[in-house]
Amino acid sequence: MASEFPRHLLDIESLRREQIEEVLGLAGRFKRERAAARAGKARAPRHEILPGRIVVTLFFEASTRTRSSFEVAAHALGAEVLSFQKDASSVTKGESLQDTVRNLEAIGADVLVVRHPAAGAPRAVARAVRASVVNAGDGSHEHPTQALLDALTLREKLGPLEGKVISIVGDIAHSRVARSNVHCLSKLGARVRVAGPSTLIPAGVEKLGCEVARTLRDALREADAVMMLRIQQERIADARIPGTRDYARVWGLNARTVELLPARAVVLHPGPVNRGVELSSEVMDGERSLVMDQVDSGVAVRMATLALCLGAA
Amino acid sequence: MIFLEGGRVVDPATRTDGVRTVILDGGRIKEVREQAVSAGERAANEVVDCRGLLVLPGLVDLHVHLREPGEEGKETIASGARAAAAGGITTVVAMPNTKPVCDSASVARFVQARAREAGLARVLPAGAITRGSLGEALSDMAELKEAGCVCLTDDGRPVMSAGVMRRALEYAHDLGLPVMVHAEDLTLTGPGCMNEGAVATRLGLPGIPAAAEVAMVQRDLLLAEMTGAHLHVAHVSAAGTVRAIREAKARGVRVTAEATPHHFTLTDEAVAGVPASVPAFRQEDAPPVEPYDTHAKMSPPLRSESDRQAIVGALSDGIIDAVATDHAPHGPLEKDVEFENAANGVVGLETSLALTLALVRAGELALPRAVERLSSGPARCFGLPYGTLATGAPADVILVDAERAWKVDPQRFHSRSRNSPFAGWTLRGRVVRTYVEGKLVHRSDE
Repeated sequence: MASEFPRHLLDIESLRREQIEEVLGLAGRFKRERAAARAGKARAPRHEILPGRIVVTLFFEASTRTRSSFEVAAHALGAEVLSFQKDASSVTKGESLQDTVRNLEAIGADVLVVRHPAAGAPRAVARAVRASVVNAGDGSHEHPTQALLDALTLREKLGPLEGKVISIVGDIAHSRVARSNVHCLSKLGARVRVAGPSTLIPAGVEKLGCEVARTLRDALREADAVMMLRIQQERIADARIPGTRDYARVWGLNARTVELLPARAVVLHPGPVNRGVELSSEVMDGERSLVMDQVDSGVAVRMATLALCLGAA
Repeated sequence: MIFLEGGRVVDPATRTDGVRTVILDGGRIKEVREQAVSAGERAANEVVDCRGLLVLPGLVDLHVHLREPGEEGKETIASGARAAAAGGITTVVAMPNTKPVCDSASVARFVQARAREAGLARVLPAGAITRGSLGEALSDMAELKEAGCVCLTDDGRPVMSAGVMRRALEYAHDLGLPVMVHAEDLTLTGPGCMNEGAVATRLGLPGIPAAAEVAMVQRDLLLAEMTGAHLHVAHVSAAGTVRAIREAKARGVRVTAEATPHHFTLTDEAVAGVPASVPAFRQEDAPPVEPYDTHAKMSPPLRSESDRQAIVGALSDGIIDAVATDHAPHGPLEKDVEFENAANGVVGLETSLALTLALVRAGELALPRAVERLSSGPARCFGLPYGTLATGAPADVILVDAERAWKVDPQRFHSRSRNSPFAGWTLRGRVVRTYVEGKLVHRSDE
């Protein structure tokens, strides 16, 4: 089974449902073991799954949680971690990207965890090296481990996702989280809705396998979960939204609008949250919020991903 | 004299289609006749057996980037003219976006001098509309015309100011020069790098709406109508552009237009690694292409199947007058990079004829029309005396084996660049011989 998992995790789109289930199954186990260790019921799981392997995180974009999550995951599996932060603006020629990754491979990298502002860059890296490549977010394309950790979080809370209605609200156009989640959740049998102002709904998005809701009310109606996306300041400069206040007025999830959700529905956010814009503090810190649980799932999912890509699970 | 005997002569300009004998004499077409070669003629002249071949007027390509002066690593005038000859193209119009820009007589004369030295395809320079193609001050248009420029264009850099464009059209109109436009409203393009639509959304790439082209074409058509100038719309990519040109032609605006083989063959699916989504062009044995293929990146971008069909329809009914390649050589430094950072453009001189013949084979375009859009159609756009086998015309003639299959291998291109989206495709139709003014400049060695 493990040998069937691809060597690279470049996107969710090309994964089969069984492969997604495999990551989630293994990640669920890792997550329970970590929880037990934290509760003092067991020793910290120092897995010797990747002893002596070298995991390189190569981030051409700023990130705190995704990178540290990968690094904690690699440590937990017994791997060594090398961490590179590069300014993509100084790397304008792809030559440099390929040269960079070939150098890292020569150092002995077994896995390259790559975040890059250009869609498709991890695929180009995978072509250039023999090491495994894990996409940690490429432009507006995909962020596969984020979708997997969201699926794990949701499944633990809601049970099997078959037939569940899950809405993603916000800047769909620029969101790699949204794309990976649409693929992942729909492969797991959920009905996925996306919603946001028309300026942030990309052309033909329904062809990815989701519905488009035109209002927040329609997005939240009968939803089992809603995922709120971060709205960035740049969207004001490029005239996609008038401002964060106006955005919050129409699309923000707050104490009032959260009542449009069914009573048992849960709220997710990939972070970092703009409190008071897409998500109010009441909702963010309220009972429905799974935001901190998502972070916890993140480490487990990245452990499972690294183990499976290296065929070591 | 050279006698081309027994081939099927297709010369739309003279409404010729049938087995004929073509006689070349002193760089001119002496005669095209039904009568075979006599014993006396055979004894005294070179006779080429053209049985089984098409005998066509040399092709005319209105839109070619030769990169010299300035980027000779990508292409030179000689290598580009060699590639053109191999593709059956006997006349090319060289775009002015060289380094320096062709906005002066000295650059225009340099281009022609280099082309004469090469002695292959004929190269006619296009001059810039504005000085340095910066979209501000008009270039010395009269000087450019005198130095041999056949049209004016800021190709690749749309003149964003409607006011400047209006004056450019008026001034060019006085001189009788057509103005070629790369129509694109850059404010609608923004950071876009491929066609806006489901494919771009799936790949997470910023899109360019068709309206970026159509809006600018509509503006320029209005200005052409207002000024009476001749507007030539380069590389039509969108159905909306076809509609706009159709309407403008119907109301008498002086407008001509061209379309490229890549826009009538491929769709935006090619960016996702689906090389031939159109069934008629499906390639069974072509190598797999990865998503984010930068050889599918060009400006304007490859668009949807309905846009492609509109272009083919317009080529058939003459709303689009010409096939032009927008031959744009780039090296690996510009192309072997992230899609969003890659340069726009593909080479096309050596595949243009075969791709056009593929439309004929697919039943989308009749052969005489295909030949017309490759020869006399473009020649007429710019008032050039080429692209015909009429008596007295320059003896630009090509012999084509329309059925011969060949595999596109960019390593074997005569062009210095290899950036073709058709690598590995099997095409039919190979140029066997190319004559420019009666001189044999290409002979297939296969």
